[in-house]
Amino acid sequence: MSKKFSNLLRGYVIRPKASISISGLGGFKSFLKEKSRTFFVIAFLTPFLAALTIMYGLPCALSVLMSFTDMGLSFELHFLNPLLKNYYTIFHVADPRVPVVAQTTILYVGCTLLINAGFSLVLGVLTAYCIRNENVASVLRLLWFLPRMTPVIIYALLWLWFTDPTYGPLSIVSSWIGLKGVRWLLDKPYSQLLMILVNGYIGASWGMVIYVSSIKTIPLEIIYAAKADGATDWDVIRRIILPLLKWPILFVTSWQTLSLLGSYVEILAIWDGYSYTSGVEVWSLFTYHTAFEGYRFGYSAALAIIMATIALILVAIYFKVFGFKRMLEPSRIEV
Amino acid sequence: MRTAEGYRKLIWKAKIRWLIGNIIVYSIVCIPLVPIILMYGWLIAQAFSGVCISSLIPQKLTLDNFYFLTGPIYWGGTPLYKSYWPLVRNTLLLALGTTGLVVAITSLAGYAISRFEFKGRDPLLKSVVVVHSIPGVLFLIALMYVLNTIGLYGKGFLTLLSVIIIKAGLESPMYTWMLKGFFDSVPWELEWAALVDGCSRFAAWRKVVMPLIFPGIAAVSIFAFLSGWGEYLLVLTYITDRKWYTLSLALSELTYQFKHVDYGMLAAFSLLYLLPAMVFFLLTQKYLMTMRIVAYKG
Repeated sequence: MSKKFSNLLRGYVIRPKASISISGLGGFKSFLKEKSRTFFVIAFLTPFLAALTIMYGLPCALSVLMSFTDMGLSFELHFLNPLLKNYYTIFHVADPRVPVVAQTTILYVGCTLLINAGFSLVLGVLTAYCIRNENVASVLRLLWFLPRMTPVIIYALLWLWFTDPTYGPLSIVSSWIGLKGVRWLLDKPYSQLLMILVNGYIGASWGMVIYVSSIKTIPLEIIYAAKADGATDWDVIRRIILPLLKWPILFVTSWQTLSLLGSYVEILAIWDGYSYTSGVEVWSLFTYHTAFEGYRFGYSAALAIIMATIALILVAIYFKVFGFKRMLEPSRIEV
Repeated sequence: MRTAEGYRKLIWKAKIRWLIGNIIVYSIVCIPLVPIILMYGWLIAQAFSGVCISSLIPQKLTLDNFYFLTGPIYWGGTPLYKSYWPLVRNTLLLALGTTGLVVAITSLAGYAISRFEFKGRDPLLKSVVVVHSIPGVLFLIALMYVLNTIGLYGKGFLTLLSVIIIKAGLESPMYTWMLKGFFDSVPWELEWAALVDGCSRFAAWRKVVMPLIFPGIAAVSIFAFLSGWGEYLLVLTYITDRKWYTLSLALSELTYQFKHVDYGMLAAFSLLYLLPAMVFFLLTQKYLMTMRIVAYKG
């Protein structure tokens, strides 16, 4: 269907001419109808717009304001002098924790991305193409989905048991291979490895679903033709599936980068209270702690604004690279 | 010319290659799943075990871990929670309230955005994507100020109510996106026919379109329910009154107290908390493919 034609179809309700010629209404009635249409649109959109303004718009504006203040528990909008003092503190590294947190964040986003966009691609290709038995494949996909569907605090408890120094299988197994006495949650390189794995298990399934639904839209004729010409499965994956997955891969990578920048709930739930000393304090978590444990709302708003600015710059780049449509229709394969 | 023996060898080679390929494929998919399966298996085994275990075999089978169902939860002589059931009530309130609000907001807005062209439609769609990319902690901080200013922080039930509204508000933009896709797939001729026959526009929406997108509504409600049922961050941050704690908040507090001491009770508590989520999850699996940006968090 051509774009023009589909636009025509979608706009049918707002074309009074069409409705007049069908229902045979006079001019005045069509005027009323046009009014009622406007009313209808407003009525249907109001709750949505209210949610968007109150839950998203207002907080954005407020946090910009708050980032210029030294708001503490008294919740007073008392502006700082100089106005940008909070930002100076961050950028001039007057707060020694900032560079550490920034490093942790880069490590976290970079490494987890390897799982969420890279390993999920492997999972997607394997469960959609290599495992031919569809029932087995969907059971495996469901198992990979378990962590995402589990309430986060139960997921945290499961990991706490898994890494428990006395009862946890991880500690028992690691003592066999010479890592006796390692406290997996507290000792630095290990805790950071866990931080990546904990979030990787949740993130992998989302990329997998996108890849699977993309692979399912590849016309089978292409694969049959390649097979008839003697291609092996590996050839099919490397020369047909992967090139066609170009846009989905970009899509998953870019959205996962954004979501990882903002994610911290799992780390908060598992490392409650000793995240900084364990080296797992990511930027968002640091912001959260500054606000709700240090009660420095002004400073934390500045931290959040910096992260939001980075996210917005990324989104602007994505809009440029993808175009609007591709950004939201990842699974359409362009053969 | 190849002999029969030569062909047999070729077939054997092909079979071995197939076997090795399968072993590699299954081990890549399944070996990383081992910790996950261990954890969930342990949760079930531990819930019925009298002692802390580090494997999947329950020891000293007992139902004592479920004592919290009938009595208060004690820690060193002081009752942490008088009863388990108010926690369930609060969590249900949160989950169902969020679901109801989300479905109401998204089914109205999704229809309007799908069917009408109006000024600012495209910017609206784009803004949904843009605002969703902003890290959530920013909203948490600013909404704390809002709640405190209008006097809803630390006010018991009213705070729970505002958490419900906040959660629904934060989640509805992306669910609207999802539902818009469902509305787009309904042919407009159906509504047109209804309008020509004298149906009002509201009735056309209510009686013609809504029943047709039932799968979409179902998917949105299930996702919203699951997300409300498991919500941790908002309740942790805003709810201070113990009477209105939810299961997630109680479990996090109990984990802090009972860890290393009584995994049995924690496992039993978690198992009951997990069950509804799992039942709903099994219902959702056919909608998994409709998850796009909605569930990208994490």
